[in-house]
Amino acid sequence: MEEFLRLIIGKYNYWIYITLMMIGLYAMIAKNNLVKKIVGMNIFQTAIILFYISTGVKKGATIPIIEHSHDAAHQAVRAADYINPLPHVLMLTAIVVSVATLGVALAVAIKVYHRYLTLEEDEILKQIREP
Amino acid sequence: MSEHYPALLVILPLLASFFISAAGWLRPACCFPLAVAALGASLLVSLGLLSIVIGGGPVSYRLGGWAPPWGICYQVDHLNALVLAVVSVVGFINLTAARTHVKKDFPERAGPFYTLYVLFVTGLLGMVVTGDAFNLYVLLEIAAITGYALIAMGKGRAPLSSLNYIFMGTIGACFYLLGVGYLYIVTGSLNMEDIARLLPPLHGSKVVTVAFVIMMVGIWLKMGFFPLHAWLPNAYTYAPSPVSSLVAPLMTKVMVYVMIRMVVTVFTVDYAFGVLGLNEAVVWLAVIAIVAGSVLALAEKDVKRMLTFIVVAEVGYMVGGFWLGNRPGFTGAVLHIVNDALMTLCLFLAVGNIVYAKGNSRWESLPGLFRTMPWTMGALVVGALSIIGVPPTCGFFSKWYLLLGAIQGGHYGFLAALLFSSLVSVVLFFRIFEMGYFEPLGAPHGPTHGQDGTTTVREAPLGMLAPLWITALGLILVGLYTGQIVGRVIRHAVPAMMF
Amino acid sequence: MKTLGLIIVVLVGAVLVYATVDFPPFGDPASPASLHVSPRYIEKTVEETAVPNAVTSVLADYRGFDTMFETTVIFSAGVACFLLLRVSRRRPPASRQYRHRLTGLTFRVKDGREISLPLRDFEPLDSIWTPHDFIIEKVCRYLIPFIQLFGLYVIAHGHESPGGGFQGGVILGASIILLSVSHNLRTALQRMGEKASALFSPFGVLIYAGTGALCLVLGYNFLDYQALAALLPGGPIMARSHGIFLVEVGVGMAVMGTMVWIFKNLASLGRYDEGL
Repeated sequence: MEEFLRLIIGKYNYWIYITLMMIGLYAMIAKNNLVKKIVGMNIFQTAIILFYISTGVKKGATIPIIEHSHDAAHQAVRAADYINPLPHVLMLTAIVVSVATLGVALAVAIKVYHRYLTLEEDEILKQIREP
Repeated sequence: MSEHYPALLVILPLLASFFISAAGWLRPACCFPLAVAALGASLLVSLGLLSIVIGGGPVSYRLGGWAPPWGICYQVDHLNALVLAVVSVVGFINLTAARTHVKKDFPERAGPFYTLYVLFVTGLLGMVVTGDAFNLYVLLEIAAITGYALIAMGKGRAPLSSLNYIFMGTIGACFYLLGVGYLYIVTGSLNMEDIARLLPPLHGSKVVTVAFVIMMVGIWLKMGFFPLHAWLPNAYTYAPSPVSSLVAPLMTKVMVYVMIRMVVTVFTVDYAFGVLGLNEAVVWLAVIAIVAGSVLALAEKDVKRMLTFIVVAEVGYMVGGFWLGNRPGFTGAVLHIVNDALMTLCLFLAVGNIVYAKGNSRWESLPGLFRTMPWTMGALVVGALSIIGVPPTCGFFSKWYLLLGAIQGGHYGFLAALLFSSLVSVVLFFRIFEMGYFEPLGAPHGPTHGQDGTTTVREAPLGMLAPLWITALGLILVGLYTGQIVGRVIRHAVPAMMF
Repeated sequence: MKTLGLIIVVLVGAVLVYATVDFPPFGDPASPASLHVSPRYIEKTVEETAVPNAVTSVLADYRGFDTMFETTVIFSAGVACFLLLRVSRRRPPASRQYRHRLTGLTFRVKDGREISLPLRDFEPLDSIWTPHDFIIEKVCRYLIPFIQLFGLYVIAHGHESPGGGFQGGVILGASIILLSVSHNLRTALQRMGEKASALFSPFGVLIYAGTGALCLVLGYNFLDYQALAALLPGGPIMARSHGIFLVEVGVGMAVMGTMVWIFKNLASLGRYDEGL
């Protein structure tokens, strides 16, 4: 039992990202409104960002900006004192990608609305089936 | 200069896309020549790269001058040099054919159209050339975002299909990204070869297993592998003609390449075929994909839509051939990437011509086409023969290797699926030929007779016929030179563990 | 669809939970991710690139190639929104409304007729009512220059503190969007026209890719900023720092231009006549 609790508490970031991701995935599959699906897509992408950022955490470390770097007596830098910068860089890319996808998805949703005058998927499908 | 070829290949079209975008505002007439120059240059570079690799073996290039695990590097070996050449050839030929469509359908938006077109090809080239797992994701998204927009330009249901594609494509890309993250968390590296070096001690780890599974599912979603294909037919059908003849030949093939690269280079053949032992199951999935794609194609009454289901079936060929896990199967799968890209291009270009002349490609537009558009239909015949697998067209040879692989692997289900799908293709295309050849113009099927009978249907302009026939002749040429391609390129790409 | 969604979600979730059990402990400084590649970035960033902010140096130098394509993603999203939404045929609206600035009198011109009004005295109004608040307008008007100044600071100070081209570019773009939200789209368009934002974004990415190409022309690999030492003072290490700065400026311009461009297209549905 104690083992189990330690597992739950020790990796809580990872459980949260899985939950968020599944919420997004469910919204994308099961929701009827296209904008809600787009919102779900965004949650889905954000969950991955949480995952990556969690991989970069080091207990007791600070942000990866080297202190006193301009001092003459510039002492050796220990990697364990600074959190891992790489996931942050990667996630900057993922944020940009998710913003770009969101923009394009909204633009396409506007086009869909222009054509069918609704964003409810079942109503659109009904219009397609009986023109 | 030749040592910079891997970078130039991607940089030249990228730089050109900015100028095309600016030219769209300042001098619209320059857009098309700029696009042709950019893709032409990158075509030449890719051919140069292929000859370098054939002559002197794999090439690598450090971007920013940083050594691989820290910086990003490009790795060009026999496998991706071949795919690069195919991507740039298809992108270039289709671009020359696109001009007439653009002039007719959306002349005022030529600037952004060509910008996105060139960026799409850049994204695909970058995906193929890169040796970094995360860089691949970024370029995948470039190809995806430009693809969504290009597809959504079409008429009718195109925006809705594109939106579905966005959802499915995003799930696929995110699964891939998550897989990369899982590999990163256990190895600490993003470089493909570095990950491969670090993985063997971790083969028992659940994280690696899940990374593999989730990555494969993501890639399959993107390539439209059978149960995950739902977005593909609509997206490719409703896209404008020059877009479907760009996206359909390239996107699925490049994703097949990505799958091969991930399995062979990152996870290694040992792990995928030995430790996990999923190959039997995946080949059966491919069998289902081939059969389902063929059967669904039979039900369609629109040539373009029928072709999209053939694309689904062809994806099954390549996935199945690769997962057979033996030498002829691998050779067949890689050869089929080349051949299928060209065949699909040929068929979609021909259908594009029909759509250009008749407004759509449904059954009722077909009668009498052999008389009014002999050149287009002639090329369609060549493409169809290649899909069916009639020698000397190239489709025969890749199918031959796949059959050999199935026999060697003792996988008779796959063998039967290949033969079944060839038979179905015969039925599919001969129905079209029969309608186009024997039925007079607009006689039995012709609700459009009233309007169309008076306006004479003309052959498509030379600007569209020339690329079409170059592709059709290319099908035969590639078929005749199959021995060269296999002997000098693909043979070196087969992983050493395969027999 | 709901049950299917639930089944898929549960399946995928179970697979992910299954993998998480084998993850290295959360926050462990000895996990493979923190030991293999990343220590070099932290320990050598000052030595190799003269940039104390490791995120900036990884972003724009070690993995600068990724970032170039990241900027390209933004650019292609801008072009995509434009391509999909921009309406080129101008159909005149059924009626237009104008307000006389001095008297506050509004009147309507019917049937799409064109009249020439001195726009200094008359202000065109949106066909649907948009909120119009004196206090918000004035506060935003005074706030925007400071926001923009802060945006420039974030771009320029990315070497030393959290920040850089993306963050600064977003702040700059947000300032224009704020102008549009607090006033209306026309006001924002007067400050930054459609063509300006549409040219800003390719030009920004061009600065990035052009810097890389310049390195290639100077005989080094693509994006190897050492090459810039031939043109800038300070030796190869400082050249990397300068190269990173150049690239960040390009990113800032591209992000600002594209943010504004996408916003304008979405907010006005591609018509560029009215909207927020």
